[in-house]
Amino acid sequence: MAKKSLAETGGSKSTSATSAEAEVFSLSASVAEMEAMAKKLRRHIVTMVGKAGSGHPGGSLSAVEIVTALYFKLMRHKPLDPQWPDRDRFILSKGHAAPLLYATLAECGYFPVEELLTLRQMDSRLQGHTDRTITPGVEMSSGSLGQGLSFALGAALAGRIDGQDYHVYVLLGDGECNEGQVWEAAMATAHYNVDNLTAIVDNNGQQIDGWNCDVMSLDPFAGKWQAFGWKVIEVDGHSIPQLIDAFKEAQKVKGQPTVIIAHTVKGKGVSFMENNPDFHGKAPNAIEIELALKELE
Amino acid sequence: MVEPVSVREAYGKALLELGMENQDIVALDADLSRSTMTRFFAREFPERFFECGIAEQNMIGIAAGMAAAGKIPFASTFAVFVPGRCFDQVRMSIAQPGLNVKLVTTHGGLSVGEDGTSHQSIEDLSLICSLPGFTVIVPADAIETTEAVKVAAATLGPFYIRLCRPKLPLVYGDDYRFNLGKAVMMKQGGDATIIAIGLMVKSALEAASELEREGIYCRVLNMSTLKPIDKAAIVQAAAETGAIVTAEEHLEHGGLGSLVAQVVAKNRPVPMEFIAIKDSYAKSGKPSELLERYGLTERDIERGVKSAIKRKR
Repeated sequence: MAKKSLAETGGSKSTSATSAEAEVFSLSASVAEMEAMAKKLRRHIVTMVGKAGSGHPGGSLSAVEIVTALYFKLMRHKPLDPQWPDRDRFILSKGHAAPLLYATLAECGYFPVEELLTLRQMDSRLQGHTDRTITPGVEMSSGSLGQGLSFALGAALAGRIDGQDYHVYVLLGDGECNEGQVWEAAMATAHYNVDNLTAIVDNNGQQIDGWNCDVMSLDPFAGKWQAFGWKVIEVDGHSIPQLIDAFKEAQKVKGQPTVIIAHTVKGKGVSFMENNPDFHGKAPNAIEIELALKELE
Repeated sequence: MVEPVSVREAYGKALLELGMENQDIVALDADLSRSTMTRFFAREFPERFFECGIAEQNMIGIAAGMAAAGKIPFASTFAVFVPGRCFDQVRMSIAQPGLNVKLVTTHGGLSVGEDGTSHQSIEDLSLICSLPGFTVIVPADAIETTEAVKVAAATLGPFYIRLCRPKLPLVYGDDYRFNLGKAVMMKQGGDATIIAIGLMVKSALEAASELEREGIYCRVLNMSTLKPIDKAAIVQAAAETGAIVTAEEHLEHGGLGSLVAQVVAKNRPVPMEFIAIKDSYAKSGKPSELLERYGLTERDIERGVKSAIKRKR
């Protein structure tokens, strides 16, 4: 059987399948196809958060290209066998970007796209923040910030003990890096010379109470990671080609972990949400949804 | 009398043995491997031992990630640091997803002694028992420790095993087999029941012997599985003896006493007394001095039994 292409998998019903019969997701998408997918994911995010009436559009929209590049170009995964032992792992540490992850998983075929509209409702598999016990493809229950890098390190070390060649990707928020645990984990990842893990920081510059520099300064941000023993790559987090190049470069780094600091815009793609901390954790109303979707046509 | 035996060494040796039998067993520590005795495992299996440094929150996250990838991580430090220092990490990274992580902590309770308040873990059982899905065990001696550690390794899901610093007199023989979720009847008796955990089990047995001289016959239960608690044994004890005294090296709130009282109140109300630390922090001192100062001796248990019996209807 041929591998499914990006276009074919969108909205496909997910059913249970064994490792042997489930297919590895095709990573043949072109940059143009991924850019179109990114726009589609943004539409999903606006629609689902709008329908839910609550949620976090800003930090979901800022990381769209990062997650698109990973699921459609970099990661080895099987949407119909989410527990496939050889899969590359994506750990969403900034759990409030759950709408982005759900939209991506649905478009890859982990579960039906229609299910996205159940976000945050009673009995939905799509919880307000990620829950690994009920959502196919979700690796970690997150939402309490600062815990994902440690979890990712555990998964990376486990893979190393077993001689498995999977790679672990973990997406952090920049504001999330206020948490001390992030730096405990950064220290440990470098201490153990872990190179089968890549961290990505969605560096959108904002957190709930405003700009990072006003709330809690992170600078020198790249310098902090370097001082902790990490290789740092900085990219435009909305450029899919730059992201892909960075991920490929990170895979070649041996003996130390790599962090990709992806410079992004909070609320990217919807003019009135861009750089607007109000939309960190607020859903658009009916008029705003309409305006946003028009911009994302 | 047989010499007291270290429960921590029993853990260290049991973990080492498990490591030999099962490649998926991994161990983590937060710069206390010489005290928690995970160093036995570390020496034999350096590639499966992960020193996390003085960073308990990160240790919990790493253990969770390893469990999610199929490993059986044993993470150890002092009971005062896990779950206390990293409660939210234990909650979100382990308890909520129900991951197969085994937290084995040492130096629990007052008996850590001279190190004082900062190192005396008197709230840990309350914290950990509040988390849905955790199995919580407080062994009464080295033999039960060995057994409990093996059962934890073989049983899927999050476990918390709390050990103490001092060596403990054995209350079991080599033939003892730990039965998860079942209270152990240590002594028969019909006048009252003493339900104890950890080092208080031995004290409960001594108190029961002393009371026997006065013609008071106590049942003694070792409630080593604190959660899920053996409701049937508690209800039966309430029905058959009509008075219950709990004994634990922990605050009165949220530990064994609270858990037993819930079962008793709902199913078979009888007079109860709680041998535990009242609402306060303790200070530095020898373990025996501290247990005496804060009301955790055989004498305290005896007084508790008499007081509960007096209130029987």
